[in-house]
Amino acid sequence: MIEYQVGQDGVAVIVWNMRDHPTNILCDESEQAFADAVERALGDDRVIGIVITSAKKEFMAGADLDRFLGMTEPADLQGISEKCHRMFRRLETGGKPVVAALNGSAFGGGYELALSCHHRIAADLSDLRLGLTEVTLGLLPGGGGTQRLSRLIGFQAALPLLLEGRRVDVTTALKLGMIDEVVLKEQLLEAAKSWIASSPEPSNPWDRKGFVPPGGFPDEPRNTFAFAAANALTHEKTHGNYPAPVAILSCVYEGGSSPSLDVGLRAEAKYFAGLGGGAVAQNLIRTSFFAINRARKIRNRPKEVAPAQLHKVGILGAGMMGSGIAYETAQAGFHTPLLDTRQELADQGRHYSAALLEKQVHQGRLDPDQAGQILQRIQPTTDFSELAGSDLVIEAVYENRAVKEDVIQRAAAQIADDKVFASNTSTLPISGLARYYKKPDRFIGLHFFSPVEKMRLVEVIRGEQTSDECLAHALDYVKAIRKIPIVVNDRRGFYTSRVFSTYTEEGMALLREGVNPALIENAGKMCGMPVGPLQVSDEVSLELMYKVRKQEQVDEGARFRPSIGFEVLRHMVEDLGRLGRKAEKGFYDYAGGRRLWSGLRETYPLADAQPDVEEIKQRLLTIQAIETARCLQENVITSATDADVGSLLGWGFPAWTGGTLSYIDTIGVRAFNDFSRKCADRFGERYAPPDWLLEKEKRGERIHKR
Amino acid sequence: MVDAFIYDAVRTPRGKGKTVGALHEVPPVRLAAHVLNGLRERSELDTALVDDVVFGVVSPIGEQGADIARVAVLHAGWDDRVAGVQVNRFCASGLEAVNLAAAKVMAGQSEAAVGGGVESMSRVPIQSDGGAWAADPQVAFQTYFVPQGVSADLIATKYGYSRADADNLAVRSQQLAGEATRRGYFRNSLLPVFDQTGTLLLDYDELQRPETTLEDLAGLRPSFETMGRDMGYDSVALQRYPEVERIEHIHHPGNSSGIVDGAAAVLIGNGDFATSLGRKPRARIVSFATAGTEPAIMLTGPAPATEKALKKAGMSVADIDLFEVNEAFASVVLRFMDVLDVPTEKVNVNGGAIALGHPLGATGAMLIATLLDELERRGLSTGLVTLCVGAGMGIATVIERV
Repeated sequence: MIEYQVGQDGVAVIVWNMRDHPTNILCDESEQAFADAVERALGDDRVIGIVITSAKKEFMAGADLDRFLGMTEPADLQGISEKCHRMFRRLETGGKPVVAALNGSAFGGGYELALSCHHRIAADLSDLRLGLTEVTLGLLPGGGGTQRLSRLIGFQAALPLLLEGRRVDVTTALKLGMIDEVVLKEQLLEAAKSWIASSPEPSNPWDRKGFVPPGGFPDEPRNTFAFAAANALTHEKTHGNYPAPVAILSCVYEGGSSPSLDVGLRAEAKYFAGLGGGAVAQNLIRTSFFAINRARKIRNRPKEVAPAQLHKVGILGAGMMGSGIAYETAQAGFHTPLLDTRQELADQGRHYSAALLEKQVHQGRLDPDQAGQILQRIQPTTDFSELAGSDLVIEAVYENRAVKEDVIQRAAAQIADDKVFASNTSTLPISGLARYYKKPDRFIGLHFFSPVEKMRLVEVIRGEQTSDECLAHALDYVKAIRKIPIVVNDRRGFYTSRVFSTYTEEGMALLREGVNPALIENAGKMCGMPVGPLQVSDEVSLELMYKVRKQEQVDEGARFRPSIGFEVLRHMVEDLGRLGRKAEKGFYDYAGGRRLWSGLRETYPLADAQPDVEEIKQRLLTIQAIETARCLQENVITSATDADVGSLLGWGFPAWTGGTLSYIDTIGVRAFNDFSRKCADRFGERYAPPDWLLEKEKRGERIHKR
Repeated sequence: MVDAFIYDAVRTPRGKGKTVGALHEVPPVRLAAHVLNGLRERSELDTALVDDVVFGVVSPIGEQGADIARVAVLHAGWDDRVAGVQVNRFCASGLEAVNLAAAKVMAGQSEAAVGGGVESMSRVPIQSDGGAWAADPQVAFQTYFVPQGVSADLIATKYGYSRADADNLAVRSQQLAGEATRRGYFRNSLLPVFDQTGTLLLDYDELQRPETTLEDLAGLRPSFETMGRDMGYDSVALQRYPEVERIEHIHHPGNSSGIVDGAAAVLIGNGDFATSLGRKPRARIVSFATAGTEPAIMLTGPAPATEKALKKAGMSVADIDLFEVNEAFASVVLRFMDVLDVPTEKVNVNGGAIALGHPLGATGAMLIATLLDELERRGLSTGLVTLCVGAGMGIATVIERV
């Protein structure tokens, strides 16, 4: 696990090499082995210095996250942090010079280990990254990272790294002062040893008398302005929903202002103790880390099906969605015919990719040759026969049943029976469309989100007849283009559109109740949604939303029950001609900057009593959670984890909640149901918890295990 | 309770708070000593009769630090037995110093005391002293800290004051201050400042631009828009006041208080002190009060503080002849007049800090001097001084001529 070797030169080389793990991590066993090795080196008189490196591709991935899942006792968490502090402090103050020879990436505890060394040398590798990424998991660097980094490079440079969990390359790291040298990988050990041979002072600057960090201590009056701005920017970004960034700021401010590192470390351990067991950290670790990683690896793919052989993937429709899908498909190395009704439309679709690639080349992120190769794979055409030989064809044509029927049938003639046809529809039932295809069992929904190149989720919709093999091959494709799939069953709106619409609908319901529209919008943002419900409705287009509901009215006939926002949409679209963002007239006016339409006040007069913003925030999250619970009850979605992942990646449900169902656990099933029942009494049956959730409450169960 | 009387009040002129300002070369301790000596000379005061000197300073650090009140007493050559204490209630420090001096007299613990303040903003810039409020993350999050300018803009947005409303108030301030200066209304309290060679440095309030027009102001860019947007402060304000859609940034240098240097001192004593001093008091301090308010909107304290002070005095708004409402920002004054239904004609009749400047720690004491002079000039009786205060406070003092 930890290899130890002393050479003739008196340099002890400690090599991390955890054979039972894919990467080196800090866990109880590895920490013990490492601490032993350090003691051995410090206790050996022949040893004049220590080099720490790794035998794996990465230097170290960080701490073992399994250790934190379910750990809620602050004292335990404080203990973990303090133990790490003692270990690193011993290394740092042991009296012998220590070099971190960073042969690969170091994150979290890995980079914190490097920080406690006296010198840091990184290998000149283009994929080597360094960073303290704990904040993304709702944690803070509890191994001295908040203290040492802010003292090493100054708090102003350290805060963005700590607060965003940024991973930086060696060039940036060197510029920031996070590392001292960059050398060729082969020369790493030699460089480390030669630094030791230069008889350096075996201590870190903060342990020397009169130390002042670059830019001064955070609490100095000259730094008030900078710290105040950091606080406000963090407040703006987190809306008070994420405790970790605040704790990090406090570690740097309180701990970083002491001339004693040990006092700083003490502050860090205490703030760490308060975070790790918190609901937000647990949610982020469960969903944003574990669940998304599992989904990315398509763990619930039918296992008995052999992997798809994908070479050619045809795209029908070169509009916004089709162009984006073509871009991602070509990126993944597939031959990509892109078909539209007119050649110039198809060409435009290809140009979309050209522009994206050019931008990356311009920014130096992509080799021009590579860009050319990618672009070459996209073949704009109007000829259906170009689809011949495709392993998968995805239609992304106009959202109209007749149009879809036509292209599905024309494409079918070119596609072999054992291949897959996918529809990118977001509103039309898949099983219905499958009937137009010659092999309904080879028909599936692949619902992409816009803009395709940015949105990581693909909602995979299984029709009534979709076979396991078809599903497996569709998932293989999603994985190949490095998207994250969730699998749902075929009901109106599927999962994401259906639940997301409750958010916009609830905004309209609040408007009808006479709630101040500014309050509605701010509440949406404050609970962590990317934009307020009225603004996002404008962006989607009120006209489109109204049309979808009218189509539903036609489809459902007598069974149709208008949604709570139906009348608002009808009034806005039909009576007032306010169609949304594109028309520059919706809930907002757009001429001369976006502002709530002044006429809203007359259309929906303010109620005398305005609700507290907390109540609105809770309603906006609750209605989405309730609808998700209903989706689970109705088997639209079959896994609580998929529901969570889909909500985060599909429509930006706030990550602090862990997702729509984790949110219920966060509140507590009973408290959640109580609130919902109260809302059902006051605002309507749409809030009534489904039986499944009542059952959970009765049994005193959570949705997710701890 | 013993009555506390104002025997005299003096102030320096306000110099521009920049290196080009006429008072920039004068260290704050000299400005403080200067007003103490002014009191001594005008009242032929035996300084040994004074028990304590209370001085307000908002940035009590560097040459303004280390209890400048006591050091100024020594520097002015007052009797060694006179003590000194520096207080800080942000922008209310000068009035707080007057109130504390009065309180010592009222409580029967001092026969006479001085309240005043000093701030050399050109030498010790605003916010030089740091502090936990803005910087400590726990505190900043808890209190929704935003800079005062954003708070002032929030008041304007929430209560519907337009840029035109604010600019009108600013032009009025400039015109009234210009008129008062021209007619010599400030002369009674104003102590010209001289340098070591005896050369006059300044004998009028230097910042004013009486010829300012609405058109001039229309060209000025909002001061807090960029900060509000790029540093997250607008969002923080909206999170505290989610009923507001966006912050309308209406304040700019022309309708906000100016940065200036200056000092002021008020001599306060009990009734018997008239005999020892051999002079009659000019006014009685009727009552005073402070109030805490919500800290993010921050600057709405003048109204509740005024209500408290009036209640203690058994008076109503209508009983007050003249008001001095510190023009920290135009919206503060507009809001104050609306809440308490105070007629504009009674407020800041000789202009205010928008025209004259706001030497933070000294302003409250300066306003006492200005108000008392004007009550005397007009033959009126009662006056009230009020200021908005950082971190969500207000202060008010009621005086009555005797």
